[in-house]
Amino acid sequence: MISLAQTYFIEVMTIILYCLLIFVPLLLGVVMALYADRKIWAAVQKRRGPNVVGPYGLFQVPADGLKFIFKEIILPDGSDKTVFLIAPIITLALSITAWAVVPVQAGVVLANINVGILYIFAISSLGVYGILMAGWSSNSKYPFFGALRSAAQMVSYEVSIGFVIITVLLCVGSLNLTEIVMAQKTMWFFIPLFPMFIVFFISALAETNRPPFDLPEAESELVAGYQTEYSGMPFVLFLFGEYINILLMCAMTTILFLGGWLPPIDIYPLNAVPGFVWFLLKVIFVFYLFAMVKAFVPRYRYDQLMRLGWKVFLPLSLFAVVATSSILFFFNLAPGM
Amino acid sequence: MTAQLLTFYLFSGVILISSLMVISTKNPVHSVLFLILSFLNAAGLFVILHAEFLAMILIIVYVGAVAVLFLFVVMMLDFKTSINKDNILQFIPIGILIGVVFIAELIIVLINTKFDLSNIQVLPNPISDFTGKSNTEAIGSVLYTDYILYFQLSGVILLVAMIGSIVLTLREREGVKRQVVSEQLQRQGKIDLVDVKSGKGVDI
Repeated sequence: MISLAQTYFIEVMTIILYCLLIFVPLLLGVVMALYADRKIWAAVQKRRGPNVVGPYGLFQVPADGLKFIFKEIILPDGSDKTVFLIAPIITLALSITAWAVVPVQAGVVLANINVGILYIFAISSLGVYGILMAGWSSNSKYPFFGALRSAAQMVSYEVSIGFVIITVLLCVGSLNLTEIVMAQKTMWFFIPLFPMFIVFFISALAETNRPPFDLPEAESELVAGYQTEYSGMPFVLFLFGEYINILLMCAMTTILFLGGWLPPIDIYPLNAVPGFVWFLLKVIFVFYLFAMVKAFVPRYRYDQLMRLGWKVFLPLSLFAVVATSSILFFFNLAPGM
Repeated sequence: MTAQLLTFYLFSGVILISSLMVISTKNPVHSVLFLILSFLNAAGLFVILHAEFLAMILIIVYVGAVAVLFLFVVMMLDFKTSINKDNILQFIPIGILIGVVFIAELIIVLINTKFDLSNIQVLPNPISDFTGKSNTEAIGSVLYTDYILYFQLSGVILLVAMIGSIVLTLREREGVKRQVVSEQLQRQGKIDLVDVKSGKGVDI
């Protein structure tokens, strides 16, 4: 065992270091995203938003975090305590795990695996378990309704996300995220696949339970949905998990449609900028769109949500898969043919 | 090699324990959650075998979709009344029967095969050479050519199952008002789009 420890000690330590290199910027990103979300929302409604704690209210989110840490964790009587506490941990852990394969620059990625896009798809389809477990274990009506709504919603929109990903993969010929980005060197995919870009963006909103699809936590109907019984740290874990998922969806939109770390035009002053700066700028832009949608659009009714998912997006994306593959086939554009 | 062995024992150990928990926990929801845990670890075993495409598909299909629906149904059961000691005991004979059949089949397979891992590599490859291909590519290249018939057949079976369940549950209900979006949007004369001047308002 000692020799084993010696062999793998350095390797394990390097991996832990890399994980921290992902985790710490991600947490910072979530803090900034929460702040930006509230500021943008406030600006649309002609309010000031958080502006008291620290310069420009920048310390509002850390202050909120501190408040949650020192709050008492309330375990409802009659709840399933183990599942109740595991649920937020699963939500956060899964959302961070997905970031392991996200390339922020050419070659800068923790795990450059062959099936990167499928990995992200698989992990994000697991995200529904945190919510289901939270809703069921709370042993309370509103969380249960929230969980049921959320499960049905996330499963429905995953279908169209899957088909949109297939249309992109048809144009790339690989499941590797780095190769997906490199395939966009001549043209970002949101130009030829513009309808799919829109479908993906809206499905991403639904997948992350963002407004206008935030029915699982619709406060006018379900108090706070699956989070109703949570307090203190478990609540923060849910909040962070949710925002890391949102950032992941922004990163996915960037990688699949907006050319990842590639500059808009490959000319001197633009391509001298390091890739992760472009990546960051694009993620921030997509997050800005997410925040604006939250500020503008009224919440959908549940039957309208299901109609949009199954009767509009599913046929549309299915048709797009057939159309894209036909066009690629007839004009001999398909990679690897 | 040692690390690979350790991860193998980790995954398979968790599979065994969680499968045992699936049938021994009293709460059906816990059973489903343990079932999901064993699915996940089975996906881990696929990754050790370098079959990462199968692993991801296993997670997406079984864990991400099938088990969600399963959990969905089980969560709504009133499980406090359904647990009864006598109930469990009455299934033991049939369980033992199935177990004996499985073990007998395993023993027959083990007796008839030389259980040597090195044999697996020299097995004649019945399809084509996959060297240098990623396993996604390899599966795709045989699934849509050599096995297209089986692939289409399973698709048709699934389609029939889907249509069947829709037909079984479909019922006409009287007096239900449905929203027809296209009609709503084409409605004339009842909705006006008005450009509202700031500070002046609008007359209705």
